[in-house]
Amino acid sequence: MSIIKYKTLKDVPKEEFLVPGTPLCAGCGALQVMRLFHKALGGDVVWVNAAGCVTLMATFPYTPLKSSWFYIAMPSAPAGAQGIRDALDILIKKGKLDPTENLKVVVVTGDGAASDIGLQATSGAIHRGLDFFYLCVDNEAYGNTGFQASSSSPMGSGTATTKPTHLYPAGNVLPKKDLFEIWRSHRPPYVATISPSHVIDMLRKVEKSLSFKGPKLFLALSPCPTGWGAETSESVKLAKLAVETGIWPLKEAVYGEVTHTYIPSKRKPVEDYLKVQRRFAHLFKPVKNESIIAEIQKQVDEYWSKVEH
Amino acid sequence: MSKECDKSGEGDGMVLKMLTGSQAVAWAARLARVDYIPAYPITPQTEIIEILSEWVRKGEMDAMFVQMESEHSLLTAAGTAAATGARVFTATSSQGLLYGFEMLYNIAGWRAPLVLVNVARALAAPITLEPDHNDVLAARDSGFLQFHTENVQEALDLVLLAYRVAEDHRVLLPAIVNIDGFHLSYTRESVDLPEQSAVDEFLPEYKPVNPIRASAPVAKGTPVLIPPLYSFFKYQMHMASRNALNVFMDAAKEFERLFSRTYAPVEEYMLDDADTVIVMSNSFTSIGKQAVNAMREEGHKVGLLKIRLFRPFPTDDIIKSLRGKRCVVVIDQNISVGKGGITCPEIAEALYHLEDRPKVILPVIAGLGGKSISLEEFKHAVRVANRLASLRAGPDGPLLLFREDEAVLVESLLKLASGGQ
Repeated sequence: MSIIKYKTLKDVPKEEFLVPGTPLCAGCGALQVMRLFHKALGGDVVWVNAAGCVTLMATFPYTPLKSSWFYIAMPSAPAGAQGIRDALDILIKKGKLDPTENLKVVVVTGDGAASDIGLQATSGAIHRGLDFFYLCVDNEAYGNTGFQASSSSPMGSGTATTKPTHLYPAGNVLPKKDLFEIWRSHRPPYVATISPSHVIDMLRKVEKSLSFKGPKLFLALSPCPTGWGAETSESVKLAKLAVETGIWPLKEAVYGEVTHTYIPSKRKPVEDYLKVQRRFAHLFKPVKNESIIAEIQKQVDEYWSKVEH
Repeated sequence: MSKECDKSGEGDGMVLKMLTGSQAVAWAARLARVDYIPAYPITPQTEIIEILSEWVRKGEMDAMFVQMESEHSLLTAAGTAAATGARVFTATSSQGLLYGFEMLYNIAGWRAPLVLVNVARALAAPITLEPDHNDVLAARDSGFLQFHTENVQEALDLVLLAYRVAEDHRVLLPAIVNIDGFHLSYTRESVDLPEQSAVDEFLPEYKPVNPIRASAPVAKGTPVLIPPLYSFFKYQMHMASRNALNVFMDAAKEFERLFSRTYAPVEEYMLDDADTVIVMSNSFTSIGKQAVNAMREEGHKVGLLKIRLFRPFPTDDIIKSLRGKRCVVVIDQNISVGKGGITCPEIAEALYHLEDRPKVILPVIAGLGGKSISLEEFKHAVRVANRLASLRAGPDGPLLLFREDEAVLVESLLKLASGGQ
């Protein structure tokens, strides 16, 4: 386990593993999360990726990573991690590979790969107790293909396949799938939610997870300027609003036991978060859709009512 | 695992065993000292993974066995493990191969030289159990090398040869070894089990190219968004696959030296003076050879050509064997619906530009879903081909073999299904 204690932003490691110059969008929340996440992980990492926005990070012949990268396929990045982890283990065990060549195996996918097409492979890898990290960068839709709805898209959001119409004034009518709980139900050593706005919380969680062998799973809110419809400079601010409104709870579960790592003392109204994003604009214009906004607020309040007492 | 009949050979350390096809390929994986076996059960492949898991659990094999949650994940893990530097063996069948299909192209594109045994089983729907080759031939264009086996000994030997060819740095492509479900997988034959020391000599340790290591970071599987780059990498794979022809010939020579068994990309059976040649592959070839014997006894100059190496396609061997023949009868145990057999057009293309090409190349569909091929059907196909040759005519479509007794059976079952109407 790392001896670094993260207390203030001054404690963020200076070493960069993800250098500037990627083809990802300006203001990409996923990029911010990966950069910080990698700092806490340290070196000797192989990233294992499923199809999504971050796939474009390493496009032949370039890579912005100082660590290794393996793009697999959309449904099976965790299985790709299994093959790499197992191969390293057996080669080291058989004396064919020097233990200094060992790597941390880290899956990074979007929410579509995590919650939809790759859920089976993820469940399999967690069930087998695979010693790996999974970082899901959740921008709440299929961003790379033009922001179509995923099962991680929140109710009330507009996406390219859930456009608000007079028949569907809410936009997306389906609830956001609770991936944290799906992961947690497997009772892995470590599951956490993180946000690019709460850097110390993130780094501490990564540091803590390093002491566990087995699946270490992270769900990161990843603001998406193009899909969410916000300025590129607003990403961290949006992520912070998601936490302060209680929409994105920061928590962890160690072998299934949940602890909230940050409880907003007074939650801001969800409206503050919704009204600054184009994907929720139909809830405010041409007329304010009070009932849907109230429903979103109610769901958040209900969640926290179970946390607080 | 079922009991084996051990019988030591005479003097040369040879061991004869009665093995099923499943046992034989499991032995091949063991003798190849594979590092990693990701698995997922499907009939008729299961005996292979049951045996291997037991050997690993008993410590008889120094390998890691992992049961995955699907064939898609199984193929993914197999590919990334091979790219990380492990020698990987796995097996699947039919629907399983198709379920993981996109990974076949990925594994080949990663240039990850693992060996996959496909236990052939016809594809749903209708769902069934017995073999034809639509499953393995669906993988025809993926970049996997393909070895098709007729008997249990060949199944064992070709797994060893497949590793040697696949891992050669002039090739670096994965390989499928096909064994027919039931007909090979569950059929016990006498097998010469190679000595471990000889296999070790034949099969040196796998040396991966640019594996994933802490000391030398790599980026694998990255998108290439410039079309000429994509074409370049696909051509590289194609040329590597063509290299596999010579690499296979060299490996086969070494194999013959060590094990006294000879393997070429194709096998000729009574071909020298034949005017009509039946072209076949896999386990039904044994039935074809019996038919050739019977037709020979009746005075017909019939021979048989077995395709053993299907990818890379052994064009030169096929030309050598079939040029100057009067009729070629290509029996495809598969069907490309709306066209016909999958291999026949490949044979025809190989022969087209020859002055002395056969007068008739007759496409025949037989053995779908494990339907047997009777002597009478072989004779019929040969008669049809020769009649067309006499008439200087070509076939107007593939010959779909179906016997009268089968038609009666099917009719009675259709009647039953429709409530006797």
